[in-house]
Amino acid sequence: MGSDEKFDCGRRRLMAAAAAAGSVAGVAAATATLIPFVASMKPSEQAKAAGAPVEVDISRLKPGQMMTVEWRGKPVWIINRSPEMLETLKKTNAKVSDPNSERSLQPNYCKNETRSIKPGIMVAVGVCTHLGCSPTANFRKGVESGIDAEWAGGFYCPCHGSTYDLAGRVFKDKLAPDNLEIPPYKYFGDAKIIIGEETKGA
Amino acid sequence: MSIANTKLGGLVAWIDERTPLTATWKSATRLAGYYAPKNVTFWYLFGTLAIVVLVSQLITGIFLTMHYKPNTSLNESGIPLAFASVEYIMRDVPWGWLIRYLHSTGASVLLILVYLHMFRSILFSVYQKPRELTWLLGMAIFIGLAAQTFVGYLMPWGQLSFWAAQVIINAFSQLPFLGQDFTIWLRGDYVVSDATLNRFFSFHVIAFPAALLWLLIHHVPHTVKDIRYFLAFLIVCVAVIFFRPEAGGYFLEYNNFTQANPLQTPQHIAPLWYFTSYYSILRSITYPLFSIDAKLWGVLGMFASMLIFALLPWLDKSSGKTIRQKGPIFKLALALFVVAFAALSYLGTVPTDPQRLLLAQICTFIYFAFFLLMPIYSRMDKPRSNEGRGAR
Repeated sequence: MGSDEKFDCGRRRLMAAAAAAGSVAGVAAATATLIPFVASMKPSEQAKAAGAPVEVDISRLKPGQMMTVEWRGKPVWIINRSPEMLETLKKTNAKVSDPNSERSLQPNYCKNETRSIKPGIMVAVGVCTHLGCSPTANFRKGVESGIDAEWAGGFYCPCHGSTYDLAGRVFKDKLAPDNLEIPPYKYFGDAKIIIGEETKGA
Repeated sequence: MSIANTKLGGLVAWIDERTPLTATWKSATRLAGYYAPKNVTFWYLFGTLAIVVLVSQLITGIFLTMHYKPNTSLNESGIPLAFASVEYIMRDVPWGWLIRYLHSTGASVLLILVYLHMFRSILFSVYQKPRELTWLLGMAIFIGLAAQTFVGYLMPWGQLSFWAAQVIINAFSQLPFLGQDFTIWLRGDYVVSDATLNRFFSFHVIAFPAALLWLLIHHVPHTVKDIRYFLAFLIVCVAVIFFRPEAGGYFLEYNNFTQANPLQTPQHIAPLWYFTSYYSILRSITYPLFSIDAKLWGVLGMFASMLIFALLPWLDKSSGKTIRQKGPIFKLALALFVVAFAALSYLGTVPTDPQRLLLAQICTFIYFAFFLLMPIYSRMDKPRSNEGRGAR
């Protein structure tokens, strides 16, 4: 290219501006093209709608017994804790990492010593707060439980060994960081619980 | 013979006049113009065998897709369709059992070959300059294969399929900021469900194989063709497929012959053998550090243990080109690493207890020390000079 050639500076600026605008438009178009594909993988309207409350009859649940129901695809446990079982919570208070459930998930009306509305009836999402396995109930005591000599009953996660007491509070030095989640629930009379609906005015 | 060759040459010339066939082959793959090293040995065989198995996986996969149904809704007997269709392949499809066992055994055999291939790469320091990019492409293939086997494992919709997906997807929720949203996006639901199975099916049969093939074309510099080794390898594979297709629960876990139950985790869960070392590392980190939960450390440790191999070209400062030329410290470190890897792999298959936890923690330490201390000990080492081969 000859050095004495004259440049049309106006045209050159126009070209640069056009190229810049074109690149911006190109990137914007590429991003806009991605959006529908990325968004198509989010939960569908159908998946979002599948969270209806579940009604459970607990009239035949005797002290010391436990039942599991499905709510939003997850296991929800209902345990009828005997007075003796409730007594163990005082002993485990010092051994759990979040005794007052400060950083754990529960409705305000369950942020208490027993983590429940009525002290005896425990309702909890049976999903370990570590990586989402469902822990196993182990209500035997001491060595017989196969966990340790001081075991007073609770839940053991088979995946990574986290343990919870009878209020779903996680023991110290385990992989799970938080206590088991308590779902919103309310009583419908004495014998029925509706899981997934808040207790109002509590 | 020569006439056939001339005719073939004529055909290639005819095509080359019309499309850039030969030029594409030469530019797109390195198979055509890359000289193989002179010292190709037995250890160089595993990469080629892995390609053979990968092709077998593609072919068996095509036939399995003809009968498999990625659908979690229940049939009239109350069994998820996906689980039932795998049982149907095993029992009712003519030769279906063979195709399925070829595919499930093939996955494990492929991972065995990939691990041996990686081990030989460390033995011969093949990742050193100027082959860093080949090594990184190879690592991308390793991670891609891990992802491919992971999504493939969900297909039978058995108990371990379900819970393995549950645990590993939840592991991503630990990543800071977008972790939780990312897991919901990845599942397409708030729990592992039909949406998850369908997208994993799509990844398993289209997206990941396409990506793996593309990576493979750019990674493979040469192949080894030795019919004796191929025959020996095939005999071993066929023996496993016919006599021990489940390999005592290591290739196909017994709990996975039970249909998925989202409400109950099996008493003992473990991933398949090729992931158990990383799984052990996840379980062994139980201390919070620098005000970060043990949970996040465990997850970071698990991902780091798989990705750290990619750093080898920059960690290995030794000048020896093969293990023979390397000094005693490197040999000892590599031996310790192999023992730690094997021990972690075993520990990941069994339930944990305090003694095993301690052992896993020691092995996790050795695992990371092998990599992170390598710049120090590989420099300290006195390489054995070997008549101009090792010395530069």
